[in-house]
Amino acid sequence: MAKVLMKGNEAIGEAAIRAGCLNYFAYPITPQSEVAEYLARRMPEVNGVFLQGESEVAVGYMLFGAAGAGERVFTTSSSPGVSLMSEAISYIAGAQCPAVFVNIIRGGPGLGGILPSQGDYFQSVKGGGHGDYRMLVMAPASVQEAVEMVMTAFPLAEKYRNPVMILGDGLIGQMMEPVEFPEHLRSEPSKKDDWATNGMDTRKSATRNLVKSLYLDPEALNNHNLLLKSKYDRMKQEEVRYESYNAEGEYQALIVSYGTMSRVCRTAIDHLKEEGIEVGMIRPQTVFPFPEKAIHEAASKENCRVVLSIEMSMGQMVEDVERAVMGKRPVKWYGKCGGEVPTPEEIIEVVKEHL
Amino acid sequence: MGKTFQKPEALTDVHTHYCPGCTHGVIHRLVGEVIDELGIRGRTVGIAPVGCAVLAYNYFSCDFQEAAHGRAPAMATGIKRVRPDLMVFTYQGDGDLASIGMGEIIHAANRGEKFTAIFVNNAVYGMTGGQMAPTTMPGQRTTTSPLGRNTEETGMPIRVAELLSSLATEGYITRQTVIKPKFINRTKKALKKAFTYQMEGRCFSLVEVVSTCPTNWGMTPLDAIKWTEETLLPYFPLGDFKTPEEAEAVSANA
Repeated sequence: MAKVLMKGNEAIGEAAIRAGCLNYFAYPITPQSEVAEYLARRMPEVNGVFLQGESEVAVGYMLFGAAGAGERVFTTSSSPGVSLMSEAISYIAGAQCPAVFVNIIRGGPGLGGILPSQGDYFQSVKGGGHGDYRMLVMAPASVQEAVEMVMTAFPLAEKYRNPVMILGDGLIGQMMEPVEFPEHLRSEPSKKDDWATNGMDTRKSATRNLVKSLYLDPEALNNHNLLLKSKYDRMKQEEVRYESYNAEGEYQALIVSYGTMSRVCRTAIDHLKEEGIEVGMIRPQTVFPFPEKAIHEAASKENCRVVLSIEMSMGQMVEDVERAVMGKRPVKWYGKCGGEVPTPEEIIEVVKEHL
Repeated sequence: MGKTFQKPEALTDVHTHYCPGCTHGVIHRLVGEVIDELGIRGRTVGIAPVGCAVLAYNYFSCDFQEAAHGRAPAMATGIKRVRPDLMVFTYQGDGDLASIGMGEIIHAANRGEKFTAIFVNNAVYGMTGGQMAPTTMPGQRTTTSPLGRNTEETGMPIRVAELLSSLATEGYITRQTVIKPKFINRTKKALKKAFTYQMEGRCFSLVEVVSTCPTNWGMTPLDAIKWTEETLLPYFPLGDFKTPEEAEAVSANA
């Protein structure tokens, strides 16, 4: 298929349809409203469901209901909206339903601003909602990668019967880039008759299915959480994804950066190379599970003197980087937020400062 | 001679956890009978609330989802939109539907979502131990209004059926009770009507059922029935507040 020039938000909407997800519920919020606008027009063309809910709280539960009934479903939102959906995300994880959430992050806290940020790292990776749950979180660095991640998100959500989040900063949603939609990633919803409330007649069964997260007996709740934990442990084994840049040879510093930020870091690394300074980079594509081993090994290289976590936030991922490096090298953070994006020149300066 | 009285197939064969004198059991049975009579158990999905009926999924032998507090109408919307062929009902109390879930029920009703909400109104939070609800009567003592509900500070009880029937969208909105056999029969008819409208893909339906809570009211079951009749029913009048036929008649005359 030929490449088309598309805005990230619209490409995300189209990618979900191409992945076989014909159910979309959403509430408008900047900077991702274009997804809803695109799908309001597009879903009827493919006989899909488009519904604008009355709030992000309600939308979260529309997803829960639809996912519980065994249908492929997704929503898109931005930071404050995702805070409101986090209650439902906790319930969906607890009830083990597959659903895909896209967060086009804007600056926070509170109403913050509407410009790109990576300030929701903690929210998506460390919780957001209550209780012991995890989401599989993927962070695209281009519109093309956002498309691919959205399309992979559905089979992954179904594999683990767990919410999957695409964590894109506002730039991913707003930027126009050429994209190609891979047809081969399309997949049919997995077997759901064992658990979904799709109606006993539908699955020709005399046994009812329950979709719930309530376990009043302490032993039962502990066992339920152990089961959930085993899925998160399996994600750590099977789903870690990252990309290395300029990390084959020796380097004096290692940058860890994700999303749009990593593209600025690439430019800085290229300029530094011209000056004779080698800097490697690990770009996590999944932020949960986090590429701990890859970062630890990359940081442990003989000449590497420092590890820099460069983020569009006040230092969130840096805590995971520290955890991965395990004291082997000093770990430093550099970043900006609120819509300010560190420039290649700033990054070059920061690298030099620490060498 | 065959059995003349048995448990509906739509109910499981277990004892409920409800208190003596509570009317949840009667309402469960009516819903079960209606599901049986319409022959829809195999395509019905119930949604349990947070409240005394949180474990309702243990008592119905059809598919069930367990919602967060107040969110059942949003979940029902999600199911109904992606699977319009399924029959979906929510079963919610007054804390769940009229307090924390007021936004969800109003918007579901206003969108005309084709599911049935069964709204059990007993003027108090049951499961959490008898706190004041939006439907608590003026002067009624609860654990969070120990001197009686002060309407200066907390307003008047919300009449949900009237509130929802004020929406311009077509719907079936009715209030019934189960404190006497004749009322029980009427409630069953209302439930059957509601499920039938849903089956026909016609409209949103809400059956409010004025109920008793002897435990949290601090009364005997008989006194609770008497108090319902004397105090609740004058404020929460019974009857149909809106039917789709009326809406059709209005639009035909327009």
